[in-house]
Amino acid sequence: MMNFWAEHFRRSHPEDPSLSLQETSERCRSDDTVHAKLVVENVSKVFVTKRGNTEALVGISLVVQPAEFVCLVGRSGSGKSTLLNLIAGLEKPGQGRVLADGKPVTGPGADRMMMFQEPALFPWLDVIGNVLFGLKLKSGLTRTERREVAEFYLRSVGLEKFVHSNIHELSGGMKQRVALARALAPNPKVLLMDEPFAALDALTREQFYDDIQRIWREYKKTIVLVTHNVREAACLGERVLVFSKHPGRIAHEFIVGLQRPRDINSVAVANYATVITRALKGALDPELRGKPLGADEVAALTA
Amino acid sequence: MKRLLFASLLFLAILLLWQSVVSIGVWSPVLLPSPESVLRYLYTSITDGTLLEASLVTMRRLLLGYCIGLVLGLPLGLLTARFEICEDTIGVIALGLQTLPSVCWIPLALLWFGQTENAMLFVVIMGSVWSMAIATDNGVRHVPPIYLRAARTMGSRGLHTWFAVVLPASLPFLVTGMKQSWAFAWRSLMAAEIYVTVLTGFGLGQLLHFGRELNSMEQVIGVMIVIVLIGLSTDKILFSPWEQFLHHRWGTAKTG
Ligand SMILES: Nc1ncnc2c1ncn2[C@@H]1O[C@H](COP(=O)(O)OP(=O)(O)OP(=O)(O)O)[C@@H](O)[C@H]1O
Ligand SMILES: [Mg+2]
Repeated sequence: MMNFWAEHFRRSHPEDPSLSLQETSERCRSDDTVHAKLVVENVSKVFVTKRGNTEALVGISLVVQPAEFVCLVGRSGSGKSTLLNLIAGLEKPGQGRVLADGKPVTGPGADRMMMFQEPALFPWLDVIGNVLFGLKLKSGLTRTERREVAEFYLRSVGLEKFVHSNIHELSGGMKQRVALARALAPNPKVLLMDEPFAALDALTREQFYDDIQRIWREYKKTIVLVTHNVREAACLGERVLVFSKHPGRIAHEFIVGLQRPRDINSVAVANYATVITRALKGALDPELRGKPLGADEVAALTA
Repeated sequence: MKRLLFASLLFLAILLLWQSVVSIGVWSPVLLPSPESVLRYLYTSITDGTLLEASLVTMRRLLLGYCIGLVLGLPLGLLTARFEICEDTIGVIALGLQTLPSVCWIPLALLWFGQTENAMLFVVIMGSVWSMAIATDNGVRHVPPIYLRAARTMGSRGLHTWFAVVLPASLPFLVTGMKQSWAFAWRSLMAAEIYVTVLTGFGLGQLLHFGRELNSMEQVIGVMIVIVLIGLSTDKILFSPWEQFLHHRWGTAKTG
C-alpha cells in the first residue's frame, strides 16, 4: 500500500520541488507571503440577493504555507464554504485578492482540488467513472495506470465492492467517500475540503483521520479543511481558525503543536477541543482575539 | 403475465364489440368494414408487397428527416442555452416555429421543392428540429451548477465540459426531446404524405389517401393499424435503450 502511494506520487508529480525540500521540524509559520502556498489578502465577499445583501466575509486575511494543514471551524453560515470557494477560484472576491503559489487565482485549477459539502457526484457515471473523471484530465497516465489509481483510492475508502455501482444506489456516507476518493485520486497539491467526514460513521472516520494525516505528511499536501467537529479540527490541523458569525471574520487562531500521528481520543486533543469550543461560543477573553494561541495558552485556559 | 393476459382480453373485447356492431348492421359496411375484411386487406397487401414497400418508403423518409432534425436541433439548443444572442434570436424562432403545426409547412415545401422527396424531407425536418432544440436548451439550463463546479475544479474546461458534463447531465431532457421530436416527425410526415403525392415513392400516408379515394374503408383502417403498430414499435426500439440507461444510472422511474 505504501509503495503504491510512493510510486503513484512520483508518476503524477515528476519534478515536484517539495519532494526535495528538507523536512524541517520547525514548520515555517511566519506570514511569509512570498513562499506561501495560499494567500488570502483582506478579502471581503458580499452576496447580493433580492432579499438584501449578505456579508459572507469581511476583511479576511490568511496565509497558508506549503504543506500546512489548516482547519476552519465556525457556526453555520459564517462563511467557511465561501472562503473555500474563493480559494478554489469558484467565486471572485468582492475586495482583496487570493494568491496561489504567488499568482492571483483567476479560476479553478487542478492543483487545488475541492471536495464539496455535498458529494456532487455525476449520476451518469458509475462509481469508478466518477473517480476516473479527474484522472482522465491529467496527462501522463496510461489507461491501466488510471484504473489502478482509481481502484486504489476506492479501496482506501472501503468501496472496493462498489466499483461499478450506480451513484443512486449508494448511501449518503458512501457517496461522500466516493467524493473523497475522487478528490484525492488526481493527487492535487492543495486539498480544499468542506466537511468531508460529516457523513461517515465513527469507525470509518477514525480510519480517515489516520489516512489523511499520513497522506498529508508523506506527500506534503497543503490542506484546508472545514469542519463542525472541534475535536476533528484539533486532531488534524496544524492551525485551527475559528470563524465568528455575521459577518464572517477570523476570531481566534490556535496553533496545535501536538505530535503526529494524533489520536482523536487523546487527552491533549480533548484539551484543545475544549478551548476551541469556548472560542466558538465567543466565551474567550476578547483580548485573545487575533493572537495565535499555542499549547501554553491552552494549558492555562484549561487549568 | 397477468398484465399480458389482461391486455389480450381487452383487445379481444374491442374486436368482439367491433364485430357485433358490424353484425347488427347499424352502419353500412362502406363506413364500417368488418374486422375480417380489414384482416383480408392486410393479408393481401402484405403478400403482394404494397404494404411493405409503402412502409419502407415512409420509414426511409422519416428516419432520414428525423436524424437530420436531431443533428440540427441539438447544436441549435446548445447555442441558445450558451449565448444570449442566440437565445434572443434562434431561441425565439424555435419557440415560435414549434407551435406552428407542421402541416403548415407543406405549401411552402411544395413551392420550394415541388412534388419531390426533398419536400417530404423538409417537412419532417421542420417538424422535428425545433422541439429537439428546445428540449436541449431546457436540458442544458437544468444542469445542476454543482456538477459544473466540480468538473471545473477537476480541470475540465470549454468543450470538454460540454461533452463530458453538460450533455450527459442533460440526458434525461435530451431523451424526452428525442421522443417528442420523433412524434412530431411522424405526424408531419403523415400529413405530408396524405396531402402530397410524390411519384418517386408511395408511403403509408399515400396508401391511406388512395383508400379514401377508392372508398375502401378496410384499406383506410388497415393502414391506420399499421401506422399505429410502426409508431409503437419504433418508440420501443429507438427509445427504450435510452430509457433503460436512464433508469439504471439515475434511478429514475421505470418506463417502457
Ligand atoms: N450563492 C449565495 N448567494 C447568496 N448568499 C450566499 C450564497 N452562498 C452563501 N451565501 C450566504 O453567505 C453566508 C455564508 O455562507 P457559507 O456557505 O460560506 O457558510 P458556511 O460557514 O459554509 O456554513 P455551513 O457550516 O452551514 O456550511 C451565509 O449567510 C449564506 O446565506
Ligand atoms: Mg459550508
